[in-house]
Amino acid sequence: MTGPLPRILAVLLKEFTQLRRDRITYAMILLMPVMQLLIFGYAINMDPRHLPAAVLSHDTSTLADSVVAALERTGYVDVRYLPRSDEELDQLIRRGQVMLGITIPPDFTRRVLKGERAQILAEADASDPQAAAGALAAVSVLPTEALRNERLGLGPPRSTAPAFEVVVHRRYNPESRSPIHIVPGLLGIILSMTLVMMTAMAVTRERERGTMETLLSTPATPAEIMVGKLTPYVVVGLVQTVVVLGMARWLFSVPMARTPAGWLALACGIVLFIVGNLSLGYLISTVARSQLQAMQMSMFYMLPSIFLSGFAFPFLGLPPWARVLGEIIPVTHFLRIVRGALLKEQVLADMGDDLLALGLFVLAVAGAALARSRTTLD
Amino acid sequence: MNERAIDVRGLNKSFGDRHVVRDVSIAVDTGRITGFLGPNGSGKTTTLRLLCGLLTPDSGEGTVLGLDFRARGDAIKRQTGYMTQKFSLYEDMTLEENLAFVARVHGLEQRRERVEDTLHRLGLFDRRRQLAGALSGGWKQRLALAAATLHSPRLLLLDEPTAGVDPKARREFWDEIHTLAADGLTVLVSTHYMDEAERCHDIGYILYGRLIARGTADALIRDSGLVTFLGEGPGIDRAAHLLAQADGVLSASAFGAAVHVSGLTREALEAALVPWRKEPYRWSEVTPSLEDVFIQLMGRERDERYTS
Repeated sequence: MTGPLPRILAVLLKEFTQLRRDRITYAMILLMPVMQLLIFGYAINMDPRHLPAAVLSHDTSTLADSVVAALERTGYVDVRYLPRSDEELDQLIRRGQVMLGITIPPDFTRRVLKGERAQILAEADASDPQAAAGALAAVSVLPTEALRNERLGLGPPRSTAPAFEVVVHRRYNPESRSPIHIVPGLLGIILSMTLVMMTAMAVTRERERGTMETLLSTPATPAEIMVGKLTPYVVVGLVQTVVVLGMARWLFSVPMARTPAGWLALACGIVLFIVGNLSLGYLISTVARSQLQAMQMSMFYMLPSIFLSGFAFPFLGLPPWARVLGEIIPVTHFLRIVRGALLKEQVLADMGDDLLALGLFVLAVAGAALARSRTTLD
Repeated sequence: MNERAIDVRGLNKSFGDRHVVRDVSIAVDTGRITGFLGPNGSGKTTTLRLLCGLLTPDSGEGTVLGLDFRARGDAIKRQTGYMTQKFSLYEDMTLEENLAFVARVHGLEQRRERVEDTLHRLGLFDRRRQLAGALSGGWKQRLALAAATLHSPRLLLLDEPTAGVDPKARREFWDEIHTLAADGLTVLVSTHYMDEAERCHDIGYILYGRLIARGTADALIRDSGLVTFLGEGPGIDRAAHLLAQADGVLSASAFGAAVHVSGLTREALEAALVPWRKEPYRWSEVTPSLEDVFIQLMGRERDERYTS
C-alpha cells in the first residue's frame, strides 16, 4: 500500500491500543456522559416540589386546617412540622429544616367570617431563591383556593375579593440577589476543586518522578508523610477562603457572620471541609498511577459536587436517591454551613448534623488514605 | 559487633504469579563492596528493595546490620542509605534544599554544617543554589550518593547507580565508594558493567530470581571451569556466530576485531576450533573474563530450566 493511509492506520491503531490500556481514562470517557445524563435527566429539577414546610397555627378552627390542606394540595410543599411557638418555627427555618413557615394568627377565622382583612404570614428561606420561589408559588394561590368550599357553605360571597391575604417574607435574601446565594456556595466549589486536585497530583507526582521511592526509604512513616504533605495545603485553603470571603464582602456585598459565635461555627466548618478535601485528594493519589489520572478522578468527583450538593440547583428539588448521594458529598454539608453562618446567623448548635457529617467524612477518608499508603512499594 | 552486615536466608518475593526472587540467601561482610550482576528483570532491584525494607518479603529470615530484618525494618532503614536507579531527588529544589530535606527527614543534628560540608566535599558549594534538575548526569549521581550517605549509614544499597553516566564520572563515583567502604561502610551495588563488577570485592550473580554464583571475581573465573581462546585476524569477528553453534563451544562473542570462544573441556573446544586454525587467524589461550563466565552462567541456567 502507498499513500498516507497505512501511516494513518498505524497511528490510529496505536492510539486505540493505548486508550485500551488506560483503563481509568476509558472509564471516564464512558462514565462521564452516563453520570451527566443521570444527573441532568433525573436528578435536576428546576421546579422543586414537596418542599418541607411548617405551619404555626394560633387558630384552632377548621378554617385554619383548610388553609393547611390547600397548601398541601398544591403539591409544592409538604407540611412536616407543626411548631407551637414563634421561636420553634424560627429555628426550623434557620436550621434549614423547612423552606417555608406559615403563621396563622389567632383571629384568622374571626376576621375571615367578618369579612375583615385577614392575613397569614409566609416566611420563605430565600437563601436559596430558586427553591423559595417554588414555595412562594404555592402560597400565592392560597387566597383564591383555600376557602372555596367553606365559602360555598356560607352562601354566595359578598365580594369577589379574596378571603384573606398572604404576607410574604423572603428571609436571608429579601431581594433575591443571586450573588448572595451563589458566592458563599462558590467558596465550597473553589476549595474542593483546587484542594482535591492539588493534593491528588502532589503525591502522584512523587510517584511519577520516582522521588517516592527515596522518601519511603527514609525513616518517615506514612502518617508523617501524609500530615507533612497535607499541612501546607491547609494554609493554601485558608488563604483561598480569606480571598473568596473578602471578595464576597467587598465586591458582592454578601453578608458576613455577625457574631463571634457565628465566625467560630464558620471556622469549624471551613477547617473540617479543607481537611476533608485534602484527605480525599490524598486517597485519590493512592489509587491514581499518573498525574493525568489523578486529575481525571478529581474532575469526576467535581461533577456531583456541583450538581448534587445544592450549589447549582436546589438540594430539596433532588429525588431521594440523589439526595442520599448528595449527603455523602462534603460540599453539600459545607454549603449548608457557610450559608447558615453567613446568611442565617447560625451558630455551632444549629449546624451540628453537618459538622458531624464532615467530621465523619474526614475520619473515613483520611483513614482509608492512610490504610492505603504504606512504607513499602508492594 | 556482628562481622556480617547482611546475613539473610531463603528470601522469596512474588508479584502475582511472577516469582521474582527465589530462595536467595546472601551474606555480606562488613566493609565489603558486593556487586550484584544479572540480566535485566532477574531480580536485582527487587532483592535490594527487600533488603532495605521497601518491599516485604514473602518468606526469608536473617539479620541486616545485626537486626532481625523482618521485625526491625524501621531501625534498619535509619542506618541504611539507598540510591535508586532513577535520579530521585527533587529536581525542582536546589542542591542545598535537597540535602537539607534529607538531613531533616533523618533528624540529623548540625544540619547546616553537614549540608555545607557535603557540598564542599562534592565541589558543588558554589552551585548550591542551582536546581538539582539542572545538573548533568554524573553530578546528579554524585549528589544522590551524597544524599544517600548524608546520615552516615552503615549499609549502602546502590541500584545501578552509574547507568547513563560517562566513564570519567563513573570512575570518580567508584573512587568515592571505595573511600566510603574503607571507612567501614558495607556496599551492595547492582550493575551491568563488567569493569564495575571487577572493582567490587565480591560478586553475586542473579538470574531468574536465583543467586547462582557468589564470590570474588577471581574465584568465579576459577570455579567456572571455563577454557577460553582468543582468536584474532581479519574477519574473525564475523565467524563468531558460526563458532557459537559448534559442538563443544559454550559461547563465542566478538570483542572488537577479536573473538572470545569458551567451552567447558579443552578437547571439545580444540576440536571445534580446528576449521579455524589456519591463516590468517591466530589463536591463543587466555584467562576467561568475567563476561565469559556470566555468559556461560546464563546459558547453563537456561538449559537447566528447559530440561527440568
